[in-house]
Amino acid sequence: MALRSQSSTRKTYRLARDNVFAGLFAGSVIIGVLVLAWLLIEVFIDSVGWLDWQFLSSYSSRHPDQAGVLAPIAGTFWIIILTALMTVPVGIATAVYLEEFAPNNRVTRLIQLNISNLAGVPSVVYGLLGLAIFVQYLFDGQRSLLAGALTLSLLVMPIVIIASQEAIRAVPPSYRDAAYAMGATRWQVVKMVVLPQAFPSMMSGIILAMSRAIGETAPILVVSSLVFITYVPTSPFDRFTVLPLQIVSWVSQPQDDFRHIAAAAIIILLIMLLSMNAAAIYIRAKFQRRAEY
Amino acid sequence: MALVERGAFRVDHDQLSTDPLDGVQERSNILSLRIDESRLASHRARRHFEESAILWVLRAAALISVLATIGIVAVLVSQSIGFFQEEICVLNEGEPIKPCEPGVNGTLTHVGIVDFLTGTKWSPLFKPYREVGQSFGVLPLVTGTFLVAAVAGVVSLTLGIGAAIFLSEYAPENVRRVIKPILEVLAGIPTVVYGYFALLTLGPALRLVIGDDNLGTFSALSAGLVMGIMIMPMVTTLSEDAMISVPRSLRDAAFALGATRFEVATKVVVPAALSGIVSSFILAVSRAVGETMIVYLAAGGRPILTFNPLEAVQAMTAFIVNVALGDTPHGEIEYYTIFVVGLLLFLITLVMNIAGRWVVQHFRQQYE
Repeated sequence: MALRSQSSTRKTYRLARDNVFAGLFAGSVIIGVLVLAWLLIEVFIDSVGWLDWQFLSSYSSRHPDQAGVLAPIAGTFWIIILTALMTVPVGIATAVYLEEFAPNNRVTRLIQLNISNLAGVPSVVYGLLGLAIFVQYLFDGQRSLLAGALTLSLLVMPIVIIASQEAIRAVPPSYRDAAYAMGATRWQVVKMVVLPQAFPSMMSGIILAMSRAIGETAPILVVSSLVFITYVPTSPFDRFTVLPLQIVSWVSQPQDDFRHIAAAAIIILLIMLLSMNAAAIYIRAKFQRRAEY
Repeated sequence: MALVERGAFRVDHDQLSTDPLDGVQERSNILSLRIDESRLASHRARRHFEESAILWVLRAAALISVLATIGIVAVLVSQSIGFFQEEICVLNEGEPIKPCEPGVNGTLTHVGIVDFLTGTKWSPLFKPYREVGQSFGVLPLVTGTFLVAAVAGVVSLTLGIGAAIFLSEYAPENVRRVIKPILEVLAGIPTVVYGYFALLTLGPALRLVIGDDNLGTFSALSAGLVMGIMIMPMVTTLSEDAMISVPRSLRDAAFALGATRFEVATKVVVPAALSGIVSSFILAVSRAVGETMIVYLAAGGRPILTFNPLEAVQAMTAFIVNVALGDTPHGEIEYYTIFVVGLLLFLITLVMNIAGRWVVQHFRQQYE
């Protein structure tokens, strides 16, 4: 009798503990979600009344109510296009080489290990590389768009390579075998079978990598420094600023109004990221639907 | 037919070796008894050339990522050598504090590697009294970095593993499908936005709770807390991957013995997935160590040696950005400092990343 009641309290305790911890574990997820909500609401409230056409169409200014984000938006588009032009071909080519051509030997494994290590290098270190090689050495002290884009290319290259590799790996080997059986050469198999099949999921990985490049601040800060720019860059050799840099410089200002335009600039940055992510998800979803047939 | 095969097919047999399609074409040509041998040969030569040209282009592309690594190491090491070779003037013992002149009241010397790594005072930019005030002991930057990373580590470990257990052991599929994209959004927010949040939102909120006297505008605490939220999705995703790969049968066995979900999670799943969890934690802290914008904006710019998270500290990354933003002329010792600090940062994160992968590879439970 005593034994049974003891075991039943023990059971009650164990069940209670199970439920309490279910709540605690769910709580950790909820805390993450709440902080995200808090952050977004805060940014939104801070920016209310500041995000208007004047803000979008003006250059930076010492007066918060006259300041705008025209130069950083233009700079961000420049950077992202230049970065994509340099990263995408090289990244895809590397992935194709590693997945379809490279022999399975020590050198290949070393390249692969090197790529995963590169992905873990702090972004500010890429900034140092860009400062020493691109700015000081290649462009003789000129802090140009091209130097910034080259730096970011190296930064997102491992991400593009890894995403492309995964896309290529997902193409069923039977597709390749079928093409080889028709007498296709390796490159023909890659060009006519693997790349078209892998393209959608490759694109979605690449878009996500580019959205990482848009939000990246530290390396650009080191390469470009904070500058007051009141023009839209017209050549890759112009000095530039991008949205994250503009946000940093406004957040660092003591006057309260700058906090509002910083929030407004953050909203624009988040909208850009969101639309790129949406594009990536859309491409992936469309691809999956097609693959079902 | 037999005649044709003997006569025509043999002609190019040695060139056909690896190219089955050519064989097919040729055979059909044979059947029609028309072989334009020169055209075939040139076609094959072109394809052969194309194949090898493509291969070289692809090899060159793969080489770029290797060059990037070489570039990073070469830049950091060469500029760091420059740092240790630069001559600085140090006041002689007992001299009054005045600008240092070699041979008068001071001596020229180099910064030693041991002094650099173990020195507790960091003031390389002490411009007004530069000769007097410059010190190159990197420890305050290292402790600043790890103080923030420790706060972030505690936050991300508790929240991240709790969330991972919830997602893999408790949450029904439809809840998972909602939560995972939200965590991805959390991971995708640019760090500069987190910096804004730490400095302008969380910092003031913490000061309301703790009091203005105890907490300044900049603190390791607010930077660390926000950074913990930022790296939490990484811990969650990687740990959950490890937990999900624990076989169903292990859980079922424990449930059959009457274990609760909590007991299954803590006594079966977490121990079985421990290598993955530890590795996710190491990789996430390595992210925190290399993170720049949050510490630059919210942790402050004072390199002091402290273990109190309520104080403002300067992290290695924040120092690099700080100097890069100033007008430090190229070639002076202040310019070299960012590379020597960068080299240290690179080595620390490299060791942590290798350790993170090593833990998974060497302690992973294999289930068949």
